[in-house]
Amino acid sequence: MFTATPLNRRSYRNQSLAKAVFFLMTVVLVIPVLLIVGTLVVKGAPAISWEFLFTAPTDNMTAGGIFPALVGTIWLVVVALLASVPVGVAAALYLSEYAPDNLLTRTINLAIINLAGVPSIVHALFGFGAFVLFFRMGQSILAASLTLAVMTLPVVIVATRESLQAVPQAFREACWNMGATRWQTIRKVVLPNSISGILTGVILEVSRTAGETAPIMFTGATAFVAFLPEGVLDQTMAMSYHLYYIATQATNVPEELTFGVALVLIAIVLMMNAVSIGFRVYLRGLKKW
Amino acid sequence: MDNTAGTRNGDFAIETRGLNLWYGDFQALFDVDLGVKRGMITSMIGPSGCGKTTLLRTCNRIIERLGYVRTTGNVYVLGHDIFGDDVELVQVRKQIGMVFQRPNPLPISIRDNVLFGFKLHEARLRKVSAAEEDEVLESSLRQVLLWDTVKDRLDKPATGLSLEEQQKLCIARLLPVKPQVLLMDEPCSALDPAGTEAVEELIWKLRGEYTILIVTHNMAQARRASEECVFMLLGKIIEHGRTEELFLSPEHSETADYIEGRFG
Ligand SMILES: Nc1ncnc2c1ncn2[C@@H]1O[C@H](COP(=O)(O)OP(=O)(O)O)[C@@H](O)[C@H]1O
Ligand SMILES: [Mg+2]
Repeated sequence: MFTATPLNRRSYRNQSLAKAVFFLMTVVLVIPVLLIVGTLVVKGAPAISWEFLFTAPTDNMTAGGIFPALVGTIWLVVVALLASVPVGVAAALYLSEYAPDNLLTRTINLAIINLAGVPSIVHALFGFGAFVLFFRMGQSILAASLTLAVMTLPVVIVATRESLQAVPQAFREACWNMGATRWQTIRKVVLPNSISGILTGVILEVSRTAGETAPIMFTGATAFVAFLPEGVLDQTMAMSYHLYYIATQATNVPEELTFGVALVLIAIVLMMNAVSIGFRVYLRGLKKW
Repeated sequence: MDNTAGTRNGDFAIETRGLNLWYGDFQALFDVDLGVKRGMITSMIGPSGCGKTTLLRTCNRIIERLGYVRTTGNVYVLGHDIFGDDVELVQVRKQIGMVFQRPNPLPISIRDNVLFGFKLHEARLRKVSAAEEDEVLESSLRQVLLWDTVKDRLDKPATGLSLEEQQKLCIARLLPVKPQVLLMDEPCSALDPAGTEAVEELIWKLRGEYTILIVTHNMAQARRASEECVFMLLGKIIEHGRTEELFLSPEHSETADYIEGRFG
């Protein structure tokens, strides 16, 4: 009575086939990642040492470490964050909590999505024209970070807006209904319940800027400075640009050095991701709903 | 109360005159003239989608959150036109508390939920002692018959309560703001029969102290728990009268059909 009919068997065959195809696709996705990380570790690990991390390059970049580039990347990311997070979060708050649902708002939303699709080299040219030349910042950390900030602004806005919209509408209505203004509602209910999502989303998105090369190439990164930056108006070395330079411009660079730089760069990005995910897990533990 | 141009006298806590409402191109309310008498429980019945929620949400202007909503006509709350130019929304909403279909306690402690509105309004005007806060907390929770159940876990999250307790809490947190009108949008529809009965009992107990307008799908509930009853259909008010008369001898055939369960 409960034996399979031919129709059952055909359905079962189809479903096994579908499962196999999807599994294969997953494997196809994972293999390149494993290969990349594997290659980097195998070829780059021998170069890594305390000395590598904490000394400057020597002998026309063919020896020595990466310290100025490491410090430069931290400067660039931190200044970019300081610029893009307040602006992006404020814009997202406006769009999600205040803006009426009208043509203007929809146009702005569309513009933000499109801005996220602008190639980074275009941002680089914009940054060069606007920050380096027009605002006379020269090639500097400030100009490069602002360029990165403009580039990440759309993703900051989108990540923030998504976190805000994940806060149930019922919470807002409950507050308004007790006579809270929009701002009181945001401060007391919306932000406390979305801050973890906002922070982690923002860190996750912004960590990608650590690896960007094009936007900083014309605006503030330089192939070699022997000293560390002292302020935002200095030029700086940066990991991504350093990698680009030793891989394509400098001659006689030992292979393990190049892979070592790449490995450190990936490690930085992964570490930032790990921190943001850890942070999210921690904050979610505090959440009461 | 002062006498501005948009003021009306009368016994109505809520009065609408020629109220029309559109969601974009879709008209949801047609020429609604409703007078909800002060100090009474008025129930509102009608099939799903006839505009009950819409009408309630218009009375405290929560509906305006949707940018595509347009209204014409007037709504007077406690005699004042709430669409007037000099009207402060916060003041309107302080006078009108709303209880939603799904209990929506804030994801904070029970204590903070009850004191939310109080802190927002009173505590910003003057120094409020911890003792006074405790007093407000206790009396609000006692009024909704919840004090004994929650008095030992006031600092626990409100979202951990049962649905019935949550709904009572949602009523309790309105009280410290001292509203005169309570709007309830199917407050029992998410509750089990026992919870429904408990909340109904509570609503009956609040009668007299507050003007209550309660939407319900439950005919028996409307009959038991209200003094006047409003029947809506397709965005219009068909009939409004004393509850027992409306149920025993409805004037309109649609009303009769609905209360006898022939549609809806
Ligand atoms: N946000 C909205 N946007 C567009 N139409 C809506 C919206 N809310 C309700 N409506 C429509 O308005 C009518 C009345 O809805 P509602 O007031 O929720 O009815 P009820 O509470 O009586 O079930 C329905 O036809 C519904 O589809
Ligand atoms: Mg409804």
